[in-house]
Amino acid sequence: MPLALAGREGRRRVLLSVDLAARKMGLRPGTPVAKAQALYPDLVLMDADPEGDRLGLEKLALWFQHRIAPIVAVDAPDGLVLDTTGADHLHGGELPMLKDMVHRMAGAGFRAKAVVADTWGAGHAIARYCRAPIAVVPSGETASALADLPVEALRLPDTIVDGLATLGVSRIGPLTSMPRAPLALRFGPDIARRLDQAFGRIGEAIVPVRPVDPVEVSQNFAEPIGAAETIARYIGKLVPLLCQGLDERGQGVRRLDLLLHRVDSRTEAIRVATAMPVRDVKRLTRLLCEKIETIDPGFGIERMVLIASLAEPIDRRQTVSSLIAEEEADVSDLIDTLANRVGTQALYRFAPVESDLPERSFCRVPALAPEETKDWPDHWPRPTRLLARPEPVQAMAELPDQPPLFFIWRGVRRKVKCADGPERVFGEWWKNDAELTIARDYFRVEDTSGERFWLYRAGDGEHGETGSQGWFLHGIFG
Amino acid sequence: MTAETWKKPGLETLRAAISRLEGHSDRRRKTLPFGVREIDARLPGGGLTLGALHEVAGGGNDALHSAAAGQFCAGIAARTRGKVLWIVTRQDVFAPSLKQVGLSARRTIYVEAGSDVDVLACFEEGLRHGGLGAVVAEVARLSMTASRRLQLAAETSGSLGIAIRRWRRQTDAADFGQPTASVTRWRISVLPSVSLPVPGVGRPRWLLELIRARAGECADFEVEACDGKGRLSLPAALADGSDQEAAGQRRASA
Repeated sequence: MPLALAGREGRRRVLLSVDLAARKMGLRPGTPVAKAQALYPDLVLMDADPEGDRLGLEKLALWFQHRIAPIVAVDAPDGLVLDTTGADHLHGGELPMLKDMVHRMAGAGFRAKAVVADTWGAGHAIARYCRAPIAVVPSGETASALADLPVEALRLPDTIVDGLATLGVSRIGPLTSMPRAPLALRFGPDIARRLDQAFGRIGEAIVPVRPVDPVEVSQNFAEPIGAAETIARYIGKLVPLLCQGLDERGQGVRRLDLLLHRVDSRTEAIRVATAMPVRDVKRLTRLLCEKIETIDPGFGIERMVLIASLAEPIDRRQTVSSLIAEEEADVSDLIDTLANRVGTQALYRFAPVESDLPERSFCRVPALAPEETKDWPDHWPRPTRLLARPEPVQAMAELPDQPPLFFIWRGVRRKVKCADGPERVFGEWWKNDAELTIARDYFRVEDTSGERFWLYRAGDGEHGETGSQGWFLHGIFG
Repeated sequence: MTAETWKKPGLETLRAAISRLEGHSDRRRKTLPFGVREIDARLPGGGLTLGALHEVAGGGNDALHSAAAGQFCAGIAARTRGKVLWIVTRQDVFAPSLKQVGLSARRTIYVEAGSDVDVLACFEEGLRHGGLGAVVAEVARLSMTASRRLQLAAETSGSLGIAIRRWRRQTDAADFGQPTASVTRWRISVLPSVSLPVPGVGRPRWLLELIRARAGECADFEVEACDGKGRLSLPAALADGSDQEAAGQRRASA
């Protein structure tokens, strides 16, 4: 059932947005409602709710602020703008970060496009007028990326776009090469300003959305500051105040944002996250001070704001009285330091998973996750190194269940001296229908030079449906 | 004090004097013994010094895979107390195997650093913390400056640091000859396993080469690989021989 949202545009009632089904039928935003209804009687029309949309977008902005980066603003009517400087490495790089965002939005039922570009203007244009759902515009290639886009992408009022169309200018590329003065005379300063914003020649401040009622402390400076030591000193002054505020609420901080407002109205931000709620002045100061080198103070910083953007109740614990049990050293502060350096997903423990297939027998859990009670079974020796994907080897073996006599791996022929096996592993038919008949026979073999390997045959050596009967090397023993 | 050092009081006083000169005379340096007399006797202090950096590399093809070297380090880490930090650039450790030498997955925290520089930074951070049982890092290049930093960090906190030297190409493995500030340097090569009277693979054996030991001498050992608690042992034939020899000496001196 095609759906469209209707609203007023001046004195006319027109469609403001249409869904995919309606778009396929040929409806576009801007079609008068009467015409649309006459053409397609079964079109479902609903009234647009701009105020509700804006509130929804703000909620989404807060969610992005929680998940991705501290500086997030609403780019009305249908977008968000994020300053991800210094935040992308925590999500595995720019491209994985964008993929993750689009994927999560898709999970919530939205089709989203995401772009990383040098400026707000360029990001806005490319996200809306390029086909690709995900794009990373390398720094310095903004001009070539924007050249082919229509002038509407520059966030210009409709009157100016129409005026440019009468002049025969429809693309940004030609517009940039036109002389500025006549354009300014005819259309006012907007075109030059938007062009400069898109190409990063003038700054554009992103005023971030603010979480509801956070614990926050700030410091204004009469004289702008810039030296790393000065910033560190004021961090040292702000953190105790913040911790005092948290103490009154009985909370600890999980994520801390430090916003530095520069004199040229740009905002720098550093964000640190902790694995458990923390209210320790020394530890938070240290985490923040480690990130000072990522700040670009420009001509100086006139205001520092420290926000506990995610705070959680902190529960007090009794310290071990150490009659018998020796307390194990607390490593959560080290975990936080490392996580802020390499990212949370790069810091993990392995936990057992009940599966006979080696590559499925473990999963990654957060470093400070509660300790699991299960453990791997201890029947057979396991290799120290497991290859990321099994490598095919050429091997000669007696069927059905003898270990190989020799095998060739990476161009080296190895004669097998002794072997253990087979250890038969069956496919997990309850996970995947295709694995119903699959089997693998694992052998631990030692070659004549004493090196030990973990080989398997895909199949049981008798029945063709159990696998290709080819040999693979899966691990290396110590 | 082991019987070996007790016999040489002169050597012991000399060592004490040197360690006083080096500036850590105030506390006696703790060591982690291997529990194998032949190896511990060769190491100053009777074991691997805690609060120091040690280097381990695989020999032959194992320079690339570090399977035996990894197992050896896991065995050492298993015998310490507290959490173990294991820093890698690309993850291919198979956790069930570490459990089989006594290093539980509950104790081991992995850090997957993007580059060698990040590995070294995380390594130093881990050593500086002091609350960890051992910090193991897989690095390819280890310069004198970097290793000195790590050694200093380990000295101040008393943590055990083990650098597994692991290269992408066999030709890079020549880098292991370069001097570093580590206290001991080991090369672990695989040897054919103990032969069994029935078909099958016996207990793995390794050739342990102690290539460098500060205030000690180089040595080679043929050992049987780590058992379920991370302990090495000497092959039975050799162990029997030396045992009888020692017993004989004891009897003779009595």
